[in-house]
Amino acid sequence: MIRALLSRASATFAALLCLAGTAFAAESIGQTEKQETNVTAIVMFVAFVLLTLYITYRAAKRTHTTSEFYTAGGHITGFQNGLAIAGDYMSAASFLGISALVYSSGYDGLIYSIGFLVGWPIIVALLAERLRNLGKFTFADVISYRLDETPLRLLAASGTLVVVAFYLIAQMVGAGQLIKLLFGLEYNVAEILVGVLMICYVTFGGMLATTWVQIIKACLLLGGATLIAILVLVHYGFNPAALFADAVAKHPKHDAIMHPGAFVANPVETISLGLALMFGTAGLPHILMRFFTVADAKEARKSVFFATSFIGYFYILTFIIGFGAITLVATNPDYIDPATHALKGGANMAAVWLADAVGGNLLLGFISAVAFATILAVVSGLTLAGASAVSHDIYASVLRKDHDGDSSELAVSKAATVVLGIVAIVLGIAFEKQNIAFMVGLAFAIAASSNFPVLLLSVVWKNLTTRGAVIGGFLGLTSALALTIAGPSIWVAVLGNKVALWPYSNPALFSMPIGFFFCWLFSVTDSSARAATDKAGFDAQYVRSQTGIGASTEASSH
Amino acid sequence: MHNNLSNELVRRVQADPNFIELEKKRDSLGITLSILMLVIYYGYVMMLAFAKPFLGIIVSGVITLAFPVGMFVLLSAIVITGIYVNRANTEFDALTRKIVEANR
Repeated sequence: MIRALLSRASATFAALLCLAGTAFAAESIGQTEKQETNVTAIVMFVAFVLLTLYITYRAAKRTHTTSEFYTAGGHITGFQNGLAIAGDYMSAASFLGISALVYSSGYDGLIYSIGFLVGWPIIVALLAERLRNLGKFTFADVISYRLDETPLRLLAASGTLVVVAFYLIAQMVGAGQLIKLLFGLEYNVAEILVGVLMICYVTFGGMLATTWVQIIKACLLLGGATLIAILVLVHYGFNPAALFADAVAKHPKHDAIMHPGAFVANPVETISLGLALMFGTAGLPHILMRFFTVADAKEARKSVFFATSFIGYFYILTFIIGFGAITLVATNPDYIDPATHALKGGANMAAVWLADAVGGNLLLGFISAVAFATILAVVSGLTLAGASAVSHDIYASVLRKDHDGDSSELAVSKAATVVLGIVAIVLGIAFEKQNIAFMVGLAFAIAASSNFPVLLLSVVWKNLTTRGAVIGGFLGLTSALALTIAGPSIWVAVLGNKVALWPYSNPALFSMPIGFFFCWLFSVTDSSARAATDKAGFDAQYVRSQTGIGASTEASSH
Repeated sequence: MHNNLSNELVRRVQADPNFIELEKKRDSLGITLSILMLVIYYGYVMMLAFAKPFLGIIVSGVITLAFPVGMFVLLSAIVITGIYVNRANTEFDALTRKIVEANR
C-alpha cells in the first residue's frame, strides 16, 4: 500500500484513498532499496553519536536517583523542554513522509500535518499545568492520586506499554529501512545499532541524556530543514508564489496539487483520524512524561507553547520542501529511476534528494545523519516512558508499595530499559517485511481512547471512581485494538482477508466515546466504599491541581 | 502518600475569593479556547469534505483559497496556545501566588 502511495506515477485518486484509509502511511517508511554507502553521512552521524555519548557520560554522573532518571531532577527549562517535546514529535518518518506526501499530492500534505498540531491547545488549556501540579514521574501518578492505586497503575502501565510498543515497532522498522536507504547498511545491522545506542543513552543518562539528545536533534532537524527551504526559495527570489507556479507547471497533476484532493473522501474516517490525532497527543505517555521534567506549572505551559511553535514551523518547512522537490528533484534525471520513472529509493527520498539538489553531497550527508539522529532520539524517549511504566508504576508502586524511589527501583528501570531495547530490536527485525502502516495510528487511537479519557476525567470530574476509570479505560483500549484488527488496515491489508469485518480503519470516533461512556456509566452506578473514598479525595486533588500547593514541597524533597 | 493537604487547608483555599476567581477565569478561558480550536479544526475538515469548490477559488496566480485557510488553521493552533500561556503565566500565576501566600 505504501508503495502505491510513494510512487509518484501511481499517486492517483486511488492511492489517496489508501492514504486516508491507513491514515498514518506517511508516518511509516515502506520497503526500501539498499543504497551505496554514503561516507559523508556516516562521518557526520559518527560525530553526532560521539557528541551524544559524551553528553550521556556527563549526564550519567548526575543521574543517581529515580527523580534524576525519570525527570532529569525537574531542572529542564520550558524552552529546552519545548524543543525536546517538538523533537519527540518530529520523527524521521514525519519529516520524510510528510514532505513525500506534499511531493506526490501537493496541498493534501498540509491537511495531514495540521491534524498533528491542533491537539496542543487542548493539552495546554486542560492538562499541562494539572499534570505538572499532580504528578511526579508518570501520568499514572496523576490518575492514581485519589483513585485506588494498584488497579489504576496497572491500567496506566498497560496503556503505556501498548502505545509504546506500537509506536516503537513503527519507528524501529522505519529506522532499519531508512538506514538501509541512506547509509547503505544492512537492515539487521541498523536495528542492532539503533537498539544498542538507545539502551546506552537511556540506561546511563536517563531523562537528562534523552532530553539533550532530543534537543540537539531538534535543533539539527529544524536547522537542516530551514537551510533546505531557504535554498529552495533562493531559486525563486524568495517569492513562494513563483515556487508554486513552477510546481504547477512541472507536476504531472498540474493545478490539482493546489487543491484539496481525495484526502477527505470519507468523512467518517477523516473525523475519526482527526479525533485520534487531536486527543491521542494528550495521551501519549512519552509526551506526558515531559511535563514532569520542568520546575513548575509555568515552565510546563511555556514548553507547550515553544513545542507548538517549533512543530508548526517545521510543518511549514516540510511544505516548502515538498514543493521544492516537485520543481528541483522530479525534473532532474539524476534522481529518477529510469525503470520505474519514480524517485530513486521511493518518494520518501524527496527531501533527501532535494538536499543534494540544493546543497550538494555535504547537505545530503548532513540530512541523512539528522534523519538517523532523529530516529535514535525518538526511540530513546519511547523506551524511557516504557521503562518507567515497568519500574515506577508496576515494580515500585504496585509490587513494593514504595514511593520514595530507592536504588532498587533505579536498577529495575535500567534493567527494563535493556529488556525493552532488546525487545525493540527483535520486533524491529521480525516486522521487517510486514505492513506496519497502521501502527502509529493505532498508538494514537489507544492513547485517545484509554489514557486520555481516564486522565481528563480524573482531574476534572469529581464523580469518577476507581471502578469507572478501570473499566472505561480498559474498554477504550480493547475497543480501539479490536476495531483496528477488524478494520481494513489489519484484517485486509495484513491478514489478507478479502472483506473487512468493520468498515473503518480509524477507530477513535467509536472507541473514544466507548472509553468516556463506560468511565461515566461504571462511576455513576458505583456505590462501593471505595467510590466514596475516591470522591472524597477530589477536593484536595483539585486544590493542588489548580494551585500547586503541596506539589512544590514534594518536588523539592527529591 | 499523595494526599498531603489537610482537610482544613483544602476548605480554607476553596473559600478563598482569589481561588474562586482563579477557578472561574481559568476554566472559562480553557474551555473557550478548547472549543474554539475544535470549531476551527472541524470547520476546516467540514470545508474540505463539503466545500471543495469554495476552497478551490484562486486568490492569486495559482494559489487557491485552501492555502490561506490551511495556514490560518495551523497558525491558530499556535496563537491559541500562546493566548492561554500568556494569560496563565501572568494573571493566573499572580492569583495563584496570592492564594499560596494567604494559605501557608
